[in-house]
This record gives sequence, structure tokens and C-alpha cells, in this order.
Amino acid sequence: MTTTDPDTGFRALDATPMGYGSMRRKEDARFVRGKGRYLDDIVLPGMLHAAILRSPHAHARIVSIDTSAAEAHPRVRAVITGETLAGLGLAWMPTLSHDVQSVLATDKVRFQGQEVAFVVAEDRYSARDALALVDVEYDPLPAVIDAQHALDADAPVIRDDQEGRTDNHIFDWEAGDAAATDDVFARADVVSSCDMLYPRSHPAPMETCGSIASMDPVSGKLTVYTTTQAPHAHRTVYALVAGLPEHKIQIISPDIGGGFGNKVGIYPGYVCAVVGSIVTGAPVKWTEDRSENLMSTSFARDYHMRGEIAATHDGKLLGVRVTVLADHGAFNGTAQPSKMPAGLFHVFSGSYDLAAAHCAVTGVYTNKAPGGVAYACSFRITEAVYLIERLVDVLAHDQGWDPAELRRTNLLRSEQFPYTTALGWEYDSGDYPRTLATALDMAGYDELRAEQKQVRSAYERGESPMLMGIGLSFFTEAVGAGPRRTMDILGLGMADGAELRIHPTGKAVLRLSCMTQGQGHQTTFAQIVAEELGISPDDIEVVQGDTDQTPFGLGTYGSRSTPVSGAATAMVARKVRDRARIVAAAMLEVSPDDLEWEKGAFRVAGDPAAAATMNEIAMAAHSDLELPDDVEGHLDATCVYNPPNLTYPCGAYVCVVDVDTATGQVKVRRFVAVDDCGVRINPMVVEGQVHGGLADGIGMALMEVMAFDTDGNHLGASFMDYLLPTAMECPSWELGETVTPSPHHPIGAKGVGESATVGSPPAVTNAVLDAIRVRHADMPLTPAAVWRAVRGTPLRTDLAIG
Amino acid sequence: MEITVTVNGTGYTRDVEPRLLLVHFLRDTLGLTGTHWGCDTSNCGVCVAWLDETPVKTCTVLAVMADGHRVRTVEDLATGDTLDPVQQGFSDRHGLQCGFCTPGMLMTARRLLDDDPDPSEATIREAISGQICRCTGYENIVRSVRAAAEIERTADQEARA
Repeated sequence: MTTTDPDTGFRALDATPMGYGSMRRKEDARFVRGKGRYLDDIVLPGMLHAAILRSPHAHARIVSIDTSAAEAHPRVRAVITGETLAGLGLAWMPTLSHDVQSVLATDKVRFQGQEVAFVVAEDRYSARDALALVDVEYDPLPAVIDAQHALDADAPVIRDDQEGRTDNHIFDWEAGDAAATDDVFARADVVSSCDMLYPRSHPAPMETCGSIASMDPVSGKLTVYTTTQAPHAHRTVYALVAGLPEHKIQIISPDIGGGFGNKVGIYPGYVCAVVGSIVTGAPVKWTEDRSENLMSTSFARDYHMRGEIAATHDGKLLGVRVTVLADHGAFNGTAQPSKMPAGLFHVFSGSYDLAAAHCAVTGVYTNKAPGGVAYACSFRITEAVYLIERLVDVLAHDQGWDPAELRRTNLLRSEQFPYTTALGWEYDSGDYPRTLATALDMAGYDELRAEQKQVRSAYERGESPMLMGIGLSFFTEAVGAGPRRTMDILGLGMADGAELRIHPTGKAVLRLSCMTQGQGHQTTFAQIVAEELGISPDDIEVVQGDTDQTPFGLGTYGSRSTPVSGAATAMVARKVRDRARIVAAAMLEVSPDDLEWEKGAFRVAGDPAAAATMNEIAMAAHSDLELPDDVEGHLDATCVYNPPNLTYPCGAYVCVVDVDTATGQVKVRRFVAVDDCGVRINPMVVEGQVHGGLADGIGMALMEVMAFDTDGNHLGASFMDYLLPTAMECPSWELGETVTPSPHHPIGAKGVGESATVGSPPAVTNAVLDAIRVRHADMPLTPAAVWRAVRGTPLRTDLAIG
Repeated sequence: MEITVTVNGTGYTRDVEPRLLLVHFLRDTLGLTGTHWGCDTSNCGVCVAWLDETPVKTCTVLAVMADGHRVRTVEDLATGDTLDPVQQGFSDRHGLQCGFCTPGMLMTARRLLDDDPDPSEATIREAISGQICRCTGYENIVRSVRAAAEIERTADQEARA
């Protein structure tokens, strides 16, 4: 039961619910006491500390590396270079996209901040001191920084480690029916096109990445404590790279201080820590500093898009055509389903009923860090949603149409679900018009437009520099990767295991492959079991993050935990319930068919007094009770859930901004977010997930960018330069909801972890451009960018301001 | 250099390098890992603890600067099993997700409520504006601090009654 606080709109918390509902998070007991156990909090006996020497150049040949002075440092225990690793066959490692990447550079450095040498010392500070003693001679080379020139005939070749390579081209990929789309465009009354950049950004979790490797020389077992969102995937990769058998590798992911996709991949520092432990015979801890995190680990986005949208005179959307230049950095290391080099970008037809759509994506190498799918993007759906929601606004701008009305008249209708898009996705459920109407009502859309008129007329009379903007987005997410037949990472199908055991006293332990980074899995997954079995969430322990203790699965990213591991949890709980029915039948000496389930107990039909509670059943299952011959006893089950489809959450967002045209400053005044993520397990946690994503939208649309100068110097390598939203930039979020359960998910839930990150950037951008009546300008709309856009000379935000 | 710092009421005398950061003194020398490290540049505030009565970013304070002073960290907030109202407020109002910024936020919130028992939303936002949270979008942190203020007011009224 919850009651709503009229002051804050927050639901006050009562007792722990027996299933779904808002409840305090179990994990908070340790976090508020400062008793979380994050990677850097772990100290192993005899542990050494490591630091990485990184390249100051974006592109340079390595002439020589002299480690003698560093090795002579009294507290240094080992210095590892690319040459050391080459001797072990570990100088290069596979990426998650069928490429290789350098662990420690041997031939060249290919981005500023690339790993060159690894120093292991007795303490943190000495390891850093010794970096200055490693002498590297470089021969600088011209760098490829602007992706739009990566394929020029005279562009320097970055990946000359690949035999026969003469250019920086990675892949061409397309989706949709090109001919049908061209046909739609040829018949369209109106077409609008727009070039837009989704700039390179970074997830920047508050905790940076790190690893502690400990190789036991006697047992040959490698234990790796590491900041990973995907412990089992890491174990498999270590097994493949190092040739160690999986039962000799234990990956332990402790508390994670935010992931957002930054902690999916395996970074060179992790591999070096393993080598360091083997070389020194001691545990080795390596943790990044903030600059290292921002410069070298998974960036996000960097999509240069040209979109076209076709419509009839009366505003019926017909088709969308897109070409994309994808900047993948120096190594193709995006973490996404193998068969989809542009991730799930091809959901870009969005929430509209289109006759045809087509995209062509070209990936290129540049002298920047690898990565590409990170920052709560749902495998590039952020880029797709930004594209379509910007295009709809550009069309509205060109035709003088109201952007809300244009969306409303073109949204998919609820009777069209399940709906197969022009690009082949089968959307499971939704009531888009109701979701949009809810958001417009909450925002008071008509009143806002009236106010905007008054503000603009004061501006036009020269009385005020201020303008007001109203921006909309309507997004369709596609989360819960994914069906094994279509989705794998490195050949590993994206199904998740779950194991549930009910102890004799009726308490339970649930073991999962996914990994919380703040999402509250310890609480919400216990609530799923509680809902299915009537055991209190307080009596259910959720175990994650230790490959020796949990079943296999692909981990937590792409909002897949609830859609996949959550489904596995519900299914394994139902298996236990089926077993409990047989035990209860034996206890009550009736046929299982005569029993009726009532949360927490089986009752004999027609004889409500005859019942067995879960506690009684659990004890009986472990007792001397005689069970049918084919029933083993005890009360546990395992399950592997292979999702039949993705789940498709949606949402309608309205952003209201005030823009000072004299300074270019944008203030987000209001943000209304109506999300539909199906059934909500813990509404409090869902709202928290949405809040965080909305802040990301403000960050990306107004503040965050990783720009580079022409030499490849990284211009966003600290929090002084890579700007993240604070409490001052964020308004008080106004949330609403609609609920259309997923028809194929066992509990009707859809993923929500990234909905707001995906949906909010176009709402903010649309609001700013609506205010200043500019057709398009690229994110981030910093004061400088807005000031220039108002004056008709928008910036290239990804390059240094010249 | 030998320094003596009173941390959470206990005096510690240690021989430290002059360059040792206070955050590393707390975490590595004393093993008080509730105070986190996040950015090196005083921007993120996950390292906030009190130096005497003032919240400071301990990544930009040298341990030797704390010689002869008192430091208070998140580990000092709860009394036995009883949470400080700011801890209770954060737990009640979902003011944290990954928990990494939380100790710093709690120490700032504690100072704020000591100075202003009924802070407005704007005051709370300004108080935490030097600290970054990537999970909550700040909304529930603001509500948590308001809730903590309410808990303290209620407790005061009960004490007076």
C-alpha cells in the first residue's frame, strides 16, 4: 500500500509489500552507512598497485620504449610493455565487434590516452611516480580526427596492423527496403532533410573502472574483482583470450558505482592486471583516474546522420531515409549484437506508421578511443530516436505545422499492435495516443503555446532578450536483447539463467546472471519472487556478480535485466510453485489438480480450511514426507529464459525552456515525462530510473561533448571540460505513466533503465530550437552554440572552436 | 611527516608523505572507505567529508593540512543501529541508486540541516550544486533532504512534548 504525499507527489512507504509496490531498497542499508563495497574498497593481502602510461599523441609510431629507470625505482615490482605482452601472445585482444584492439601498444599509438606501459608497484603513488620514468620515443603521424574526412583518398591509414589495408573503412550496413523507400519519396508531396550530429559523449559513472587480479600459483585459479556489468561475458572472454579454462576463472563484481554501459567491455588495464599478477605472484589492483576514464574507455554516440522525411500535403508521414557515418574510433569495439554493426539503430521509424524506411550506415576508423555503444543508449536507439524526433520537428518547422499535432495524427494506434515496422521490428504493445495526450495535458500544452506567443512578442518589440521554447519527443524503445536466433554477443546467445532455492524454513535465495549498478536488483528481483510465491522480499536473498555463484547470462545493459533476467526470475519461481503444488498435494493427501493457489499457500478447492502455506510446504519438501516417485524433493528450480521478442516501452516527453538570446544560456524550466514501461514492479525505483535518464537528456542536449582539436587532443578529459548536469541545471521532474503490459513477457514488464536517456535529448533540443526558431543546430546547445545558432552560424560542436 | 588527525572522534597519529591527499589518508591509511574518490579536480564531490565543521572535497586537501583538526565522515553519522535523519531521509525517498555519491551528499546535507533546519528546494539544490550524481537526476536527493528535515522537526517536537 502506498499513499501519496500532496507536498512532493512522492508515495510514502509503508510495510514491505508481498510482491510489487514501492518499498525501500534493501541495498540502501549499507550504502547510506558508507558500507558499500566498491572495487577500490577491496584490499587483498600483499596487494600491489598498478598505473598505466598513456600516449600523449593521437597517432604516432613508437620508436623505442626504455623502462630501465622505472624498473630501478625501489618500490616498482614490474614494468610491462607491449613487447612483454607480445611474448605471451597478449599484445592484442579481440573486441566485441570482430576486430582486435591493442592491449599495450607495440607498433603505433592510435589515440590520445592509449595504453603504452603498465607499471606495478608497492603502493598507489609509487606506481604513478614510475610512469614518469618510462621513456618513450614517438614519431608523430598526421591524425584522422574528423570522421567526415576519414575516407578521403589521402587520409592516413590508421589500421596498418591489418595486412593489405589501404583505408579507414570498417563496414557498410543497411536495413529496410531502399527501392520501396525511394518510391515513397518520389510520390511524396513534401520532403524535409537535415544533417545532424549526435556528438561523442561519455557515460562517466561516478566510480571509474578498475580491476584486481589475483592468480593463485598453486591452484592455478584466477580471481578477478572487477567493475563489470557482465561478469559471465567477461569470464568467457578471459577464457578465450588467456586460454584458461572457465572453472579456473572467477569474476567477482562488487558494488558498482554506476555503469551506464561504461562497464560492459574489457579494457586493457584489466588484462594487464592479470598479467601483472602472474608476473609478480601477488594480487594487482588497477584503477583509472578520471581523465583515463574519459579519454580511453567506452565513449558513446558519434553518429553523423543525414535524414530525410517524406509526407503528404496534409501531414501524413510516409517514409524516412537515412545515411549515417559512424565514428568508431581506432578499434571497432562496440558492444552489441554481432549481426548488427549499427546496433538497434534501425528502429528509427519510431512511433509512426510509415510505409517505408531505409538506412545505410558506414563505420570508419578515426584516431579516437574505441567504444561506441554505451551511455544508456539501448544499442544506438538514442541516435535513432533523436533522428526521427528531430526530423519530425524539422518537417513541422518547414511546413508551419504544430509538432504536437503532427505527432498525434501519425502515432501508431493501439489497435495496430502487434505492429510490424517497415524495418522489420514487431512492436509488442502500446497506447501511444493516450500516452501523448497524458503528457500534453500534464504540461498544459495550449497554455504554454499561448504564453510563448506573449514572450515572443515582447522579444520582437525589443523589450526582452528572452524566448521560450516547447519541445516534444515521442519515443519507442526496444529493450531486452534478445532472442537467441537473432541476437548474440561474440557468439554467445542473449538468454539469461536463474536459480531459485527455497530453504527448509521458507526463506529463499535467487541467483542471477545480471548485475546491478544502482538499479536496485537486490530489491526488485526479490519482489518478483515475492509476487509469484508469497515469500516476503525481506526473506529473499538475491545473489549476483560472482561467476562461481550464479548461472550464466549476458549481464546488465541495454535495459535487458527486467525483460530477460526478470522473466527468468518469474519463470523459475513458477517452476518452484509447480513443485510446491505436488508437495502440498502430498501433505494434504489430495490430487494436485484439487489445489488452488492463493499467494503464499495452496488451498483445497471447496475446503478453504485445508491449506498448506509456502513455509509449511518448504519444510515438508525437505522432510520425510512421501512424495510421488518422479518428484525429487527439496524446493528449487533452474531456468534459462530465451526472450521471444524484445519489449517496446514508449514515452511522451515535453520540455519547456527559457533561452536568453543575449548570452545563449538555456534554462530548463519544466520537464514532463510520461513513460509506459508496462507493469511496474517497484514504482519508486522506476521513477528513479526515469529521473536519472532525464538528467542525461539535459546533459547531452546542453552540456556534454567530447570534442577534439585537429591534432587529436581530447578536449573533454576532465570534469572541468566534460560538463555534467548538477542540481542547478535540472528542474523538478514531472512524471506520469500509462501502463500497457507486454503481452509476451511473463509479468508484462518492459525495461525502463534507458527510456529517459533515449527519449529526453530530442525533447530538450526541440525546445531550444523551438524557442529561437532555428531549423537545426547540433547538440550540445551550450551558450556558445545557441548564441551562434541565433545568429545563423551554427557550430560544429565536435571540433575545437577555431 | 607525522600528523595527528581526529577522525570521527578518534585521534590517529600517522607518518605520511606530505603529498598524501586527505581522501587517500582516510581510505588507504585508516581504511575508512565510506568516503569515495571520483575526479581529482574538485568537480564531483563524492569525496566530501567534514574538516572541522565544514564539508570539504578531500581529494583537494592534503592530509597534512588536517593535522590537529577534526574530520567527520559518513561512518560517523549513524549511532549504532539508529540512522541519522539524513540517512533515513535518503533511504525513505530513494535518494540514492548506485550509492557512490551518497556519502558526500549525506555529509553536505547534514551540514545544511545543522545550519538551516527547514531549507527550501532552491537552498538544497544550491547546497549540493558542487556534487554530481549520475543516477537520480537530483529530484529524490532534494526530497530526501526535505524528508530528513521533517524527521528532525518531528523528533524535536516529540522531545519538547
